Amino acid sequence: MTARLTTPTVALTLAALVVLAGCSSNDDTTSTSPSTSASASSAGDAVSIDDAWVKAADSGMSAAFGEIKNTGTEDVTVVSVTSSASSMVELHETVENETGAMVMRQKDGGFTIPAGGDLVLGPGANHIMLLDLTEPLKAGDEATFTLTFSDDSTVEFTAPTKDYSGANETYEDSEMDMGDE
Amino acid sequence: MTARDQAHEHGRGGPTRRQLLFGGAVAGIGAVAAIGADTLARGQGGGSASTEAEQALNGDLTVPFYGTHQAGVETPPQAHATLIALNLRPEIGRDDLRRLMQVLSDDASRLSQGVAALADSEPELAHVPARLTVTFGFGPELVRRGAADVSALPSWLRPLPAFGVDRLEEAWNDGDLLIQVAADDAFTVAHAQRMLLKDARSFTTVRWTQTGFRRAHGSEKSGTTMRNLFGQVDGTVNPAPTTEDFDGLVWITDGWLAGGTSMVVRRISMDLDTWDRLDRSGREQSTGRLLSNGAPLTGTQEHDEPDFEATTAIGFPVIAEFSHIRRARSEDTSQRIFRRAYNYDDAPRGDQVSTSGLLFVSFQADVDAQFVPLQRRLDDLDLLNEWTTPIGSAVFAIPPGCTEGGYIGETLLA
Repeated sequence: MTARLTTPTVALTLAALVVLAGCSSNDDTTSTSPSTSASASSAGDAVSIDDAWVKAADSGMSAAFGEIKNTGTEDVTVVSVTSSASSMVELHETVENETGAMVMRQKDGGFTIPAGGDLVLGPGANHIMLLDLTEPLKAGDEATFTLTFSDDSTVEFTAPTKDYSGANETYEDSEMDMGDE
Repeated sequence: MTARDQAHEHGRGGPTRRQLLFGGAVAGIGAVAAIGADTLARGQGGGSASTEAEQALNGDLTVPFYGTHQAGVETPPQAHATLIALNLRPEIGRDDLRRLMQVLSDDASRLSQGVAALADSEPELAHVPARLTVTFGFGPELVRRGAADVSALPSWLRPLPAFGVDRLEEAWNDGDLLIQVAADDAFTVAHAQRMLLKDARSFTTVRWTQTGFRRAHGSEKSGTTMRNLFGQVDGTVNPAPTTEDFDGLVWITDGWLAGGTSMVVRRISMDLDTWDRLDRSGREQSTGRLLSNGAPLTGTQEHDEPDFEATTAIGFPVIAEFSHIRRARSEDTSQRIFRRAYNYDDAPRGDQVSTSGLLFVSFQADVDAQFVPLQRRLDDLDLLNEWTTPIGSAVFAIPPGCTEGGYIGETLLA
């Protein structure tokens, strides 16, 4: 008997999750006008984000995590991300450098999520990097993120902030520590 | 409830040690182990793979987090509980409290369903909920800081009046935020406690923690009245959850606490060494109940109504004037409470052989109208006071439950 008796609940994230219809060449992410592309559904329509959270930090850098699910029949690629919490946001991967240390760096070409698959963003792995917090991110605060896909469609999600001692990876370019301690 | 009934169904069938062992192995490791267990079982001349695989595991049982009332009050008491009282850091205000309770409520909602909390560093430890409940209580300071106006503070939300029997130690008293973590698995309690305290750390510091236990899940028929470490059946007269009687005694019906209740926590030291000097009839006289099954001295079954008028051949009351059950009872039936206690058994020091007692927990709609008059009667006279000493005391407001997307305390903080 390995099945759980109940299904997981994702109160904070799902309640606030807003899946926006694609808007092809429009930066206004609140737009709900349908995509003008020939495709029946955009990447933004096919993607949902579960269990998102962002690490609390007073200033400087932080990171966001979660599970990006592609429920569509075509692969999607996240090419950029913006956030209410940081003026500069990047998609990062964590890799081993030439000295054997694990470092994080911007992910070339963004994250591709296969059709029907998912991408887990987690501490010490792929993540959304917040490089310049606009104000302190305190536990329980919510930050809004907008993912943009290669077809220019977008999806927005909200992530609660959590205190977290981990996720202190070294940033490859600057050798800065993203931890707040 | 269905799942629990099912579990008990298996329990009545009397699972063998082998079934239990392989039941766990099958669930934990999967199909490969199941084949191995099957082969081994046949080799020992009994069972089949399907029988082993169907063994219900207590660890999978869950209690809903969301609802009108918080879980952990009406919930049949789990085997293990830890009560944690936190102090708010000085700078914490209303907005901070809202953030804190949103985070803690989300943690509790996930962990109670066997799902890792967000940012859970040991997510695998969350996968055995074992009827985990997390119940939050607010002390007077939290209500003062969290309330939009002062009228939110209930008149009873304050330290209990001093009782003559009290020997309170500051280390066990009061608190701003109470978290009751309870499950049928102590490991589950430990992980939930760690997760919740990590998320409370930037808002609070730990004031005290108290850990208690009852019989292990499955050791006794569910619903069996607890025994305390004096060996007494403790808690026979207790309103039954979900009845009209219970609802009237326990749930608050108006204001921000509508659907909530109050919680009294008393750490009651029990002197087992002096209790040891008392013979069996003396022990039964002190409470007015038989040690064998908890029946009143005038009856034969635990739930027989005591006959306080009955006298012995020479004219003394069968249930003594000083006995606990006579003193605890009031003619005023509104002066009753709902008890949900745990035992504690700390490490002895020096030449002690035990440091034991009762982690007394009661829920009632109004502390002043229900708990205080009852405790005053026991303070005035109760032979049990000879062997018991309250050494800690705290009162909390238990906010109502919340719906999915909401959080505990929103009726005060939103």
